[in-house]
Amino acid sequence: MSQLEISNLTARHGLLTAVRDVSFGLEKGEILAIVGANGAGKSTLLRAIAGGHGDHVGDVSLDGTSLNGRKSHERVRRGLVLVPEGRRLFPRMTVEENLALGAQVGRSGEWTVGRVFEIFDNLVKRRNSKAQNLSGGEQQATAIGRALVTNPDVILFDEISLGLSPAIVDRVYSIMPRLRESQTSTIIVEQDLSRAMKVADRIICMLEGQAVLAGPTSELTREQIVDAYFGLSGSRGNGEAPA
Amino acid sequence: MIETLIQGILLGGYYAMLAAGLAFLYSVMGIINLAHGSFAVLAAYLVVGLAKHAGMDPFLAILLVLPVMAIIGMLVERLILEPSQRGGQLLAVLATFGLSVVLDNAMFQAYGANTQSLAPYVGDLSWASWEIGDIYIGKLAALTLVAAVAVLGGLQIFLSYTPLGRAIRATAQDSDTAGLVGIDTRRARMIATAVAFIAVGLAGAALGLRATFTPYAGTPQLLFAFQATVIGGTGSIWGTLLGGIVLGLAQTFGAEISTQGFFIGGNLVFFAVLFARLYSGSIRLPRFKTISGK
Repeated sequence: MSQLEISNLTARHGLLTAVRDVSFGLEKGEILAIVGANGAGKSTLLRAIAGGHGDHVGDVSLDGTSLNGRKSHERVRRGLVLVPEGRRLFPRMTVEENLALGAQVGRSGEWTVGRVFEIFDNLVKRRNSKAQNLSGGEQQATAIGRALVTNPDVILFDEISLGLSPAIVDRVYSIMPRLRESQTSTIIVEQDLSRAMKVADRIICMLEGQAVLAGPTSELTREQIVDAYFGLSGSRGNGEAPA
Repeated sequence: MIETLIQGILLGGYYAMLAAGLAFLYSVMGIINLAHGSFAVLAAYLVVGLAKHAGMDPFLAILLVLPVMAIIGMLVERLILEPSQRGGQLLAVLATFGLSVVLDNAMFQAYGANTQSLAPYVGDLSWASWEIGDIYIGKLAALTLVAAVAVLGGLQIFLSYTPLGRAIRATAQDSDTAGLVGIDTRRARMIATAVAFIAVGLAGAALGLRATFTPYAGTPQLLFAFQATVIGGTGSIWGTLLGGIVLGLAQTFGAEISTQGFFIGGNLVFFAVLFARLYSGSIRLPRFKTISGK
């Protein structure tokens, strides 16, 4: 049994079905990348898994326990946390206060506010700055740190590199080996295919709300993924991501 | 002149106390509670009831009424504010207006039209003063100012330095994201409302100690609290104290000019600050979501 199991998940925005009948599993310590064009349903899928998108059906279970009907804060307390698209920091709170909010969830583990400052040492001198005054890279580091200090078993990154310079993206991605070492399971939503293929153990490609391609990164070619990304392969998934 | 200044500042302490709950609820939850004054009057009735019928020391009665107000606040949040806010901010404001009408008339039904006061139960506190040279400083007014500073300071410390205060601020800034970082936003909102209603309870006690009141005394109290909040700005807890003092000074100096000057002075300052804030862009008129959602 996978650590995180998603079964037949469908999510809507009003009349629009953004995610259609998606199923997949995430193994402990695995890094899974979800790629796809804008509007493919990646962010909605992640928000639905995290409990931040109300209008959805399907099953989400963590370590065999169903999270259906559980609110987002309850999912965080059970070890499932999302780093949302656009960082979504609390703008009038300082870096330290943003991090403290994650820490007060109360899950024990290796991640503390102090450890976040060790990893993202560029935040140390900004610890008392309001989040609204941070650069994009500093904001992303704070958002990641805020999620890490909840000591999650599963962490979801939505558009982790969006709007950041390559150097900052390198810094952000430097966290991945540490997550793998600590057996933290990870899903990243990423539009940069090269980055995704470099870091992920497995890739799912979404198109128009469906998982149209899935497999271990080592077994997929860039061409296969690009074809699926743009819907050029002529085939659409049946909703269940191929293993 | 100096005595007028001191009286104005002391009156401002009462207005700051009165406005604390209103400003807190607005600044952390975005709710303009039009039943604020009515709940303050309810708290005053509860304290008077305990003092009159149970023979309780009024200050002990205040301590007992505060948790009751907190529970009332939580019920109001869960049963009225939360459901009505799903329909937009305007619906929540209208709901509190309806609540004030119901509350005023329920208190009239329960307590009648006779004026009430806590003054008979507190010895000479309500009229005694310290004499410093030619200046008289009312003991109750000074106590109210000190209490207002303590309440506002306590709220500031609670919001800035406690995990619960952080959770409330985060919920106020972005409720959806607060949930995504593990904050139980419903609980945070309930606690924020409970804290605001404790402040309302203290405001009611201050009202009962310094003046007489009737079931319909809530509306003028709401207006004074609203004026102090607008003058001080809603962005800072201490702005409420400043707003209360400015309002108190304007009314006291206005009263020196003419008997109607008490209200005219306060209203003039209120409108001047309101328009200055509107034109400078530091506050904006709220854009309420209509029933159709547009």
